[in-house]
Amino acid sequence: MYWQQEYECMDREELEILQLERLQATLNRVRKNVPFYRSRFESLGLEPEDIRTLDDFKQLPFTTKDDLRANYPYGLFAVPLREVVRLQASSGTTGKPTVVGYSRNDIRRWSNLVARILVAGGVTREDLVQIAFGYGLFTGGFGFHYGAEAIGASVIPVSSGGTRRQIFIMQDYRTTALVCTPSYALYLADTMEEMGININSLCLRWGLFGGEAWSEAMRQEIQDRLKIVATDNYGISEVMGPGIAGECQEQNGLHINEDHFLAEIINPETGQPVEPGEIGELVLTTLTKEAFPVIRFRTGDLTRLITDPCPCGRTFYRLNRILGRTDDMIIIRGVNVFPGQIESILLEIEGTRPHYQIVLDREEHLDRATLLVEANEALLSDRMRETQELVGRIRKRLASELGVTFEVKLVEPKSLKSCGDKQKLVIDKRNF
Amino acid sequence: MLTIKNIDVFYGKIHAVRRASLHVRRGEIVALIGGNGAGKTTLLSTVSGLLRPAAGNIVFDGQEITRLGADRIVRAGISHVPEGRLVFKPLSVEDNLLLGSYHRFSFKLKQEITEDMEAIYSMFPVLKERRKQPAGTLSGGEQQMLAIGRALMARPKVLLLDEPGMGLAPNITQEIFKHIVSLRDKFGLTVLLVEQNARSALKIADRGYVLETGRIVLQGPAEELLQNKDVQRAYLGRDITDQVEISNE
Repeated sequence: MYWQQEYECMDREELEILQLERLQATLNRVRKNVPFYRSRFESLGLEPEDIRTLDDFKQLPFTTKDDLRANYPYGLFAVPLREVVRLQASSGTTGKPTVVGYSRNDIRRWSNLVARILVAGGVTREDLVQIAFGYGLFTGGFGFHYGAEAIGASVIPVSSGGTRRQIFIMQDYRTTALVCTPSYALYLADTMEEMGININSLCLRWGLFGGEAWSEAMRQEIQDRLKIVATDNYGISEVMGPGIAGECQEQNGLHINEDHFLAEIINPETGQPVEPGEIGELVLTTLTKEAFPVIRFRTGDLTRLITDPCPCGRTFYRLNRILGRTDDMIIIRGVNVFPGQIESILLEIEGTRPHYQIVLDREEHLDRATLLVEANEALLSDRMRETQELVGRIRKRLASELGVTFEVKLVEPKSLKSCGDKQKLVIDKRNF
Repeated sequence: MLTIKNIDVFYGKIHAVRRASLHVRRGEIVALIGGNGAGKTTLLSTVSGLLRPAAGNIVFDGQEITRLGADRIVRAGISHVPEGRLVFKPLSVEDNLLLGSYHRFSFKLKQEITEDMEAIYSMFPVLKERRKQPAGTLSGGEQQMLAIGRALMARPKVLLLDEPGMGLAPNITQEIFKHIVSLRDKFGLTVLLVEQNARSALKIADRGYVLETGRIVLQGPAEELLQNKDVQRAYLGRDITDQVEISNE
């Protein structure tokens, strides 16, 4: 089953022509409308005309998260704000998220791209799609919502959280497709077991999971326990959100929607392209986005490109499942968190730079995050209550700014092990 | 079917088309829109061999036609209906049509050519009525039909149309556009259409490209371009919904 077969099964030669045409139009547009890219072209002495092949394109510099931050909030928009019909945001390294805008056409394309992913994952108009991704600034909820509506499926926009309610809805509304993070799917399975619900009595058939890295073993467990076909999908808010790549029924790599995104794999250290099929950092360029185009954006995600033809008939190349990160970003329950964000919050509360450590593990398949903060003079207080208040304040700030609940613990000064002069900030005990 | 890749065209000293790439698939109607002097006609004339690109290539049906002469390109299956129609005014309608088959004319094929002409007369009955009249006495719309008919006499696979609606009353333009659609639907003709009247062109087209000072700045399905605010502002004039917005303000 395909959603837009004429594109998804396109002849590769034709696809390359289309990519080049779209790339050239995009470069002409950002050169004209976005000062950031214009100055880049000028400082390199390049004109968009100089990009004649997809190889020439590799002369252009990368765009990084730092570039997005430097142009916060609207500096990289390629259309005036009055043409933007939606704003979403992604987390940034220092607390300021990146604002991503969508024009009316962008929203329609986004819906179609997500629809492709859903259809590849098995969803049809007959399905009831329960979306347990957060709605709001995060792209997951709305992205899948519009995609499922485009197919004509019935959408149940439950949003994230409220596990028992999710389960009641799943039973009573007879949900057939579940959209959430893979770890939450397992947590749902656990909770259902606890509640004594017979999984076979559910109507669930399809599961589309993304937002965090997971493993083949986890897929097997989800499929066995929830009795569904589980597929992986990939999205990144800075580029668009869900809809960038997704698995088909072969469950062997995520087809990139190459008619709308140009994917490169580079060596994160040298910035040079890796040998075909080798692991490296994914770099994405949007080919059709109007409001917020990005050119050679470094995603920080490690993967490799699979160019072998897929038995499903789609000609788009595939991404291997995401293998890790190139930076220190951690993903807690599908939320992106940078240690730097935590540091700046602690700095604000304490006024000094505290030593801290983030410990991650899994409890009943759900991520649990603990923040250990070394108590220093400023933090030490004779009175128990003041200390507790302080811990409470830190927890509240973290929850409201990062959207993740941490368990905060004060520990003895100098008790956090430091290796060399840099102490290990994150200890990840989770097993993927 | 027709793939243009990275062509640069100079018109005298002016760099009229800059690294433009576009493609037309079999049976598609593709509209090339843009303001005055954007390079639309230049691009079209380059395809039909009237101008030579400084760089880049044009491939038609798997054959490179970049450096072929205009006559060879017509033989290969590309007919050009020029801007301003350019019918031979003193000649009769019938002679104008016959000239369209000039390159393949021989006495052996006379029968076939007559049949082709009949087919064109049945599509444009008004031309049959006036077939003995000098072409210069026809109205603008009729001359446009004649120009299209003349191009069809070459039995093309691809029709290049340059501003078919220029200088015509809106209802006549609509009629011409209807004929263009039926050419595609009935005869499987592929059409590359240049138009300043972006709205009518995009309404009949499958896809479109927007040229601005020689560069392609937008491309995509026609309905998306109609929705694009840049296109609306620059080429479509005010939409009714805009009017409503303004009266609300």
